Amino acid sequence: MITLTINGTAHPLDIDPATPLLWALRDTVGLTGTKFGCGIAQCGACTVHLDGNAIRSCITPVSAAQGKAITTIEGVNTPVAQAVQIAWTQLDVVQCGYCQSGQMMSAIDLLNKNKQPSDDQIDTAMAGNICRCNTYVRIRAAIKAAARALA
Amino acid sequence: MKTETKFNISRRHFLVSTLGAGAGLTLGVYLSGCSNDKDKAPLNTSSHQPQTLFEPNAFVRIRPDNSVTVVIKHLEMGQGTYTGLATLVAEELDAAWDQIKVESAPANAKLYSNLFWGAQGTGGSSAIANSYMQMRQAGATARAMLVAAAAKRWNVKPAEVHVSAGKLSHASGKSASFGELAEAAAKEPIPAEVPVKDPKDFHLIGQTLPRKDTPDKVHAKAIYTQDIKLPAMLTALVLHPPRFGARLQSVDDSEAKKIPGVQHVVMIPTGVAVVATDFWTAKRGRDALKPQWDESQALRKSSEQIREDYRQLAEKPGTVAVNNGDTTATFKHAAKTISAEYDFPFLAHATMEPMNCVVQLQPNQCELWYGAQIQTMDQMALAKLLNLTPEQIKINTLYAGGSFGRRANPQSDYVLEAANIAKALNLNTPIKLLWTREDDMRAGFYRPLYYHQIKAGLDKTGMPVAWQHRIVGQSILAGTGFESAMVKNGVDATSVEGASNLPYHIANLHVDLHSPTLPVPVQWWRSVGSTHNAYVVETFIDQLASTAKQDPVAYRRALLKDHPRHLAVLNLAAEKAGWDNKPLGKDRGRGIAVHESFNTFVAQVAEVTLHADKTFSVDRVVIAVDCGVAVNPDVIRAQMEGGMGYGLSAALSGKISLRDGQVEQSNFHDYPVLRMPQMPTSVEVYIVPSAEPPTGVGEPGTPVIAPALANAIANATGKRYYALPLPTAV
Ligand code: FES
Ligand code: FES
Repeated sequence: MITLTINGTAHPLDIDPATPLLWALRDTVGLTGTKFGCGIAQCGACTVHLDGNAIRSCITPVSAAQGKAITTIEGVNTPVAQAVQIAWTQLDVVQCGYCQSGQMMSAIDLLNKNKQPSDDQIDTAMAGNICRCNTYVRIRAAIKAAARALA
Repeated sequence: MKTETKFNISRRHFLVSTLGAGAGLTLGVYLSGCSNDKDKAPLNTSSHQPQTLFEPNAFVRIRPDNSVTVVIKHLEMGQGTYTGLATLVAEELDAAWDQIKVESAPANAKLYSNLFWGAQGTGGSSAIANSYMQMRQAGATARAMLVAAAAKRWNVKPAEVHVSAGKLSHASGKSASFGELAEAAAKEPIPAEVPVKDPKDFHLIGQTLPRKDTPDKVHAKAIYTQDIKLPAMLTALVLHPPRFGARLQSVDDSEAKKIPGVQHVVMIPTGVAVVATDFWTAKRGRDALKPQWDESQALRKSSEQIREDYRQLAEKPGTVAVNNGDTTATFKHAAKTISAEYDFPFLAHATMEPMNCVVQLQPNQCELWYGAQIQTMDQMALAKLLNLTPEQIKINTLYAGGSFGRRANPQSDYVLEAANIAKALNLNTPIKLLWTREDDMRAGFYRPLYYHQIKAGLDKTGMPVAWQHRIVGQSILAGTGFESAMVKNGVDATSVEGASNLPYHIANLHVDLHSPTLPVPVQWWRSVGSTHNAYVVETFIDQLASTAKQDPVAYRRALLKDHPRHLAVLNLAAEKAGWDNKPLGKDRGRGIAVHESFNTFVAQVAEVTLHADKTFSVDRVVIAVDCGVAVNPDVIRAQMEGGMGYGLSAALSGKISLRDGQVEQSNFHDYPVLRMPQMPTSVEVYIVPSAEPPTGVGEPGTPVIAPALANAIANATGKRYYALPLPTAV
């Protein structure tokens, strides 16, 4: 039995400790906002926060997430997260939308740690998140808009 | 209004059904522009086809709660069709944008065909183009019935009823919402003729309205195939053969079956399916399989060998796609002749959401949930496999996490794979077929590998007088349901588009084609033939301009006199980019390209900077687009930005290669795609104002960037590149 604390709620799960957190979230707990894109930490679609840091849930075994605070896109509610979601909405960033949970989770992590990121800092922080619809110019603009709103 | 005649509307059918008291107005409009309608009998003649009259069929639903639901017949895969089609209805209905909801149409070719195809499906950047009048008529008819109901209730003339932003009103002060009048409107007779607006009266079309799918997608509420959960559903992964053309001989599944949660292992035509309680268990089960493959029929070639075969083939004339004037004779007298050969690799679509499909097979019915893109063809393929009728195939079309052509598979590959698992299991249980990234990348259905030879003859002034272009590559359409319509006289239109319709005025033009066959499955990939043809044409014309010592824009202008829409985007992009200003300076370069695909015209100017280590970055891209009436300018901008980025990704690093028949790439570490640091800092989009009927924007932004970029590199370095992807150091 492994107990995961997801968005503030404890979930005792009867799963193999090697199961990646991504699949525990999606298949066992039923939180499908976190997406599968590559399974090898290359695309960022599966990004969640573990004790406040962005991680790739597809390569994180549940055993490593036990005892830590897991936050998924369904559970974000801080002022930074709200600013990010508002900016994403106002700029109509999304196209297919499949990468966007991961994009927003990375953006929230960036803004949590750097209130006014420079253009280069944004590009570097977001380089691990692929968007095949190539919404990158809008993601950049939305991160800046969120930073401005929070200033 | 001239757009109406262009759509050649041959008939209209209006279907109404009242779904009981309080259900409000449900209005369907079937408007066909196809001349080959089998059914010419008006559907609303009840004596002929009473059952059709009551067939649930709707584009517009107005409910007493004042919501307006627009039923969308096209797949939303990111291109913004939910927003675009809803805008057309809302415009003619004079609805408030806020009250509009969208819903995906069920699979029903009678009601929801793509009017350009006569079958339900999304592709060829045709969603707005084929439904422009249909959706507007749907809105206008609903509006007329609401007006009639209001006029009756208030005892005034219909002409005196004013409609604006979802409210009906009269000078006397009376007013009502759509919802208040929905039930009464449903009882009104369906008007035979409903005029649509003069474009000068548009107040929603042409505005940047917020996307209808944004709230769901920002708040993780959008449901993709990947997210479907049904009672007792099982998850399946399939072990595919390591080479195209290989088949399963036998499999030892004893270890796989020991894993708790692995419930079934079944052989299907495309491999071995492991069916388990969840993804991770299915994956562990699949990893434990010990298969034996029969590779006697498998392809063992490398990409280099295929390319060499193609080069040899190109020594012989191909099937003629176009032949104007006399190229052979003209070359003899040309002042100068320039020739080149070009290479393009296989490309994977690499949609963010790998292919997947949920299927539930029950007696006399099969229900599916997935990002369906050619519902009618999928229904036919499934019906054949399952021995059902197409009507017994129920498709729930979900959001797709990208497609770029992939989900419209003419062989219904991943859909049939899911159905084959369900068929082999013969349970009533829903099965979710998931592909990993590796499965997706190695499954084929690539943009074909192409080899081109091109030759131009120039006159004394450096202008081209003869142009000969030979293309070698697999036919995408041969053997598919599209073959009869789109392969003419042995020429697959998708192989030569963008080359055989060369816009440049060159009196002697010859384009021919070889379509060799290979066991590598191929498919359309965002902008299809233009992905390679635009690169060849637009880099080669640029080379001719520099050979003639002429400015590339001026050179193109001189040859585009008969193509005003090409010219307009070319000029607009050049002007906005500051083309005529002084050169960008040391280690910088600027290049241009112009191309039409799917009746949309796009020009792009790319600016590059060379770095000390010989690598380069794309700093700025200026895009001009003419897509007729701009229904939603922001969606158009987004598609231009994203389409350009998709093309840039392929230009910089897109390559699937075969070695001994095996696909060398497997995931994003060895099939690199564009990431944020490579996206140009500045992407500007300018839309040509136009009253022409709207055309699509999903694809036309894609093929233009590679030649614009290569031309910019040539401008900076003097070096030209004849193969994609471009080298990292130039
Ligand atoms: S799915 Fe985890 S990084 Fe791609
Ligand atoms: S929005 Fe489609 S992958 Fe990013």
